[in-house]
Amino acid sequence: MNISLFITCYNDTLFPETGMAVVHVLERLGHTVDFPRAQTCCGQMHYNSGYQNEALPLMRKFVETFRDAEAVCIPSGSCVAMMREQYPKMAATTGERKLVQDVEKLLPRIYEFTELLVNKLGIDDVGAFYPHRVTYHASCHSLRGLHIGDIPLRLLRNVRGMELVELPEWDQCCGFGGTFAIKNAQTSAAMLADKMKNILSTGAEVCTAGDNSCLMHIFGGMHRQQANVKTVHIAEILASTEDTSTEKVSARDASSERALMQKGGGA
Amino acid sequence: MTVRIGWSATAPDFQDAAKVSLENAQLRRNVKYATDVIRAKRAKVVNEVPDWEQLCQAGSAIKAHTLRHLDCYLLQFEENLTRAGGHVHWARDADEANQIIRGLIEQYGGKEIIKVKTMTSDEVQLNRDLEAHQITPYETDLADLILQLSQDKPSHIVVPALHKNRFEVRELFKEKMKLPDLGDQPTDLTDAARRYLRQKFLSVKIGFSGANFAVAETGSLVVVESEGNGRMCLTLPDVLISLVGIEKIVPTFQDLEVFLQLLPRSATGERMNPYTSMWTGVAPGDGPQAVHVVLLDNGRTEVHADPIGRQTLHCIRCAACLNACPVYRQTGGHAYGSVYQGPIGAIVTPQLQSMEHSQSLPYASSLCGACYEVCPVKINIPEVLIHLRGKVVREKRKHLGGKLDPENLGMQAMSYIFADAKRLEAAQRMARFGQWPFVHKDMISKLPGMLGGWTQARDLRPIPRQSFRQWWRKRERKPNA
Amino acid sequence: MPEAKLAREVILARIRSSNPPENDEMRLIQEWMGIPRPFRKKGSLAAEDRLDLFEDRLRDYGGGIHHASSEIELPQVIASAIAARGKRKMVVPPEFPQTWLPPGVEILKDQQLSYAVLDECNGVITGCTLAIAWTGTIVLQGGPREGRRALTLVPDYHVCIVRADQIVELVPEALEKLRSFGTRPITFFSGPSATSDIEMTRIKGVHGPRVLDAIILG
Ligand code: SF4
Repeated sequence: MNISLFITCYNDTLFPETGMAVVHVLERLGHTVDFPRAQTCCGQMHYNSGYQNEALPLMRKFVETFRDAEAVCIPSGSCVAMMREQYPKMAATTGERKLVQDVEKLLPRIYEFTELLVNKLGIDDVGAFYPHRVTYHASCHSLRGLHIGDIPLRLLRNVRGMELVELPEWDQCCGFGGTFAIKNAQTSAAMLADKMKNILSTGAEVCTAGDNSCLMHIFGGMHRQQANVKTVHIAEILASTEDTSTEKVSARDASSERALMQKGGGA
Repeated sequence: MTVRIGWSATAPDFQDAAKVSLENAQLRRNVKYATDVIRAKRAKVVNEVPDWEQLCQAGSAIKAHTLRHLDCYLLQFEENLTRAGGHVHWARDADEANQIIRGLIEQYGGKEIIKVKTMTSDEVQLNRDLEAHQITPYETDLADLILQLSQDKPSHIVVPALHKNRFEVRELFKEKMKLPDLGDQPTDLTDAARRYLRQKFLSVKIGFSGANFAVAETGSLVVVESEGNGRMCLTLPDVLISLVGIEKIVPTFQDLEVFLQLLPRSATGERMNPYTSMWTGVAPGDGPQAVHVVLLDNGRTEVHADPIGRQTLHCIRCAACLNACPVYRQTGGHAYGSVYQGPIGAIVTPQLQSMEHSQSLPYASSLCGACYEVCPVKINIPEVLIHLRGKVVREKRKHLGGKLDPENLGMQAMSYIFADAKRLEAAQRMARFGQWPFVHKDMISKLPGMLGGWTQARDLRPIPRQSFRQWWRKRERKPNA
Repeated sequence: MPEAKLAREVILARIRSSNPPENDEMRLIQEWMGIPRPFRKKGSLAAEDRLDLFEDRLRDYGGGIHHASSEIELPQVIASAIAARGKRKMVVPPEFPQTWLPPGVEILKDQQLSYAVLDECNGVITGCTLAIAWTGTIVLQGGPREGRRALTLVPDYHVCIVRADQIVELVPEALEKLRSFGTRPITFFSGPSATSDIEMTRIKGVHGPRVLDAIILG
């Protein structure tokens, strides 16, 4: 299958290794990945912060860029939730029939990364190997926006060598919430403190999720506390195999980044 | 017009008030404990109902239908209640409501009233008004009594004194009820409240209530409660005055089949609350022989006029959204500066005030969606929060100061950048270059201005040397390198 | 009072300005009837299971439960329930059946007794209008065996006789029945008085009757 990758603005800028991992997994499964260059951002930050007018051109751009895609893969639950929940409403407010139809036609072809694997490609074992103790944080938008259920867990359970431990209060928000983390910094930090306490109680080496935004938040708190827990996007765990996982576990370890780049580059 | 929602107009912004609450460790422990208890109870009794989802759908549909025909149903209610011997009054705002109620109390020669929990009366600040006119209101709900005795403010819409634990309540009762030997067992406290109020129930001539539901078809009011103080206030006095928001209408008696199932399980995690009273005007030989209902607007028609905001009026005030909210569970209710707290408070308070006050409340949410998930009448609170943020932004940008606000400038800059992939790439390069003054040991631990909120408690990784799109381009150039 | 009239007109006009203009009675009724109600409207339990469920739920709230297999047995069962609670002086509604009265208990008939007199009684004995098994609820609607509301409120102890055939399974069934009984005041009670106001924990007994005994007849 020909899969178009929408990397999302913040993964593009801050978490390139997640994108590499997605490419790696999909190619390993025999699919072709393409990356439409014109893509930028889904508009979520603007929309959720009250800048709805500014979000509209970004939706148009997304629709234009991916109109003909066979399937769009997005390694970010919150961006997919934004599209499914808000794009139809945003299109309706313009009163443009064509835009409404375009959105309607495109949305069923949009998948969050783990949804794509399990629901569209019908795979819950991607042949990964990851010899670490891992706990999974369900991001709010995947959980309540996408109703993703146990899809990520099904994939994780099939990773060889991995010990998956349940996170207490796994359905609670980590406190990120986009501009919330800045506007209501103290409240957000208090929520984060609870989340970190729960993660630490599992004794996991790695906390994973389908959203790098939550992971960035959790990482930020952990690092400040000098806690020894890494945050790794689920795509990176699924990309890991016997060959790559000999490297030390690390979210942004220069060596693993390089290793992935070489792999992804077809070395 | 003076729409007034308690003391909201003068309350500090949420983020500032929250700081104060977050520093109060006892309060946070109390809130966390109580909300944990209630969440577990709710989950248990909701899960045992096989048709819960269907009930929620019906509840939402009935409310939406009622609001579409609210004028007809209000008139039906008025007609049927009048026929049953009751009197209907209409109040556009807080002052008008207070005036009507005070006028009635004076007309019946009352100097004191016994009250059953009504948030609408807190909304219009009835007690303050009555006290200014030498009329004494006695709160009879245990939690409201606690607040009245301690001159405190409500922090939860179902359990308004949730921020106090029983030891704090004991200290209060010991002092105010002059009971030096009072124990700290829950039953000691309820016994004390019983003794304190008993004579009032048996002697005060005017009762005051709100209503959970007002049935258009019959003109009946419904009050759902636990302690029996409601029954006392509704039954024993000669006169009964009820203040009812216009959104409390349900079309028919039968519609209660839905709401009497949704409310108790959502609110207190009980299969059914201990007492529900329904009355229709005057019943000869049974209860008050003078029955008055004041229908209150106070900004509700304004909310009704907004197609996205209107669902806010579905609310049956069960507080499930408060208990589920991770923000509320950290800060408690006082930070919201309103008689309505938590997620529902964050949307209802600013809307009732035409967005002129409480503008910080729509931002008091991480948009995690836990509120929407538990709401028994399916109010999409995150959707309304985002809608209200849009209103705040549009309002702010009408002034030069708002236009020059760093957030607005930042958002404009970002939308310029995101309009074009080349601009995005240029911005990524610039940011990678511009971040170096803040990077120490491969980590950012202190940022200036607005972004400093982030680094108060969190580090940030610097932007990596290569973006995904750069990597992709290189890879395309040398596919088999 | 022109001011009062004005408020009413202003509120209604505001509502109308945001509602579809074609509002009319017929449409209203049609639309209401069209609201889907796919939840359970009728119970499915056999009579015995329904009774078990009712007792189970009521016990959960801390209500006492006794059984009388017939009206002949009833007075004795009531008497022993009252004796077990150590109570003596009970009040009953004006039309309470003579044949149900318990022996060895001082009985007062409610003839609009003052609250002070009601307050001095140890308790009240009544029948009920119906009961709901699913929620463990008993409903009073001021029937001849139930009396006015103050009667079942002021005394601290309530003995309530529930005929097994008065128990419906679900809340919607109860409301359908109640609707046909007219608009007398209705009281639902589920167990004795309680509060959750302190630490969200249900504590038994505040202002309403603190003790409840249900006597199942039949
Ligand atoms: S918004 Fe929904 S959950 Fe919150 S109090 Fe109202 S009805 Fe309950």
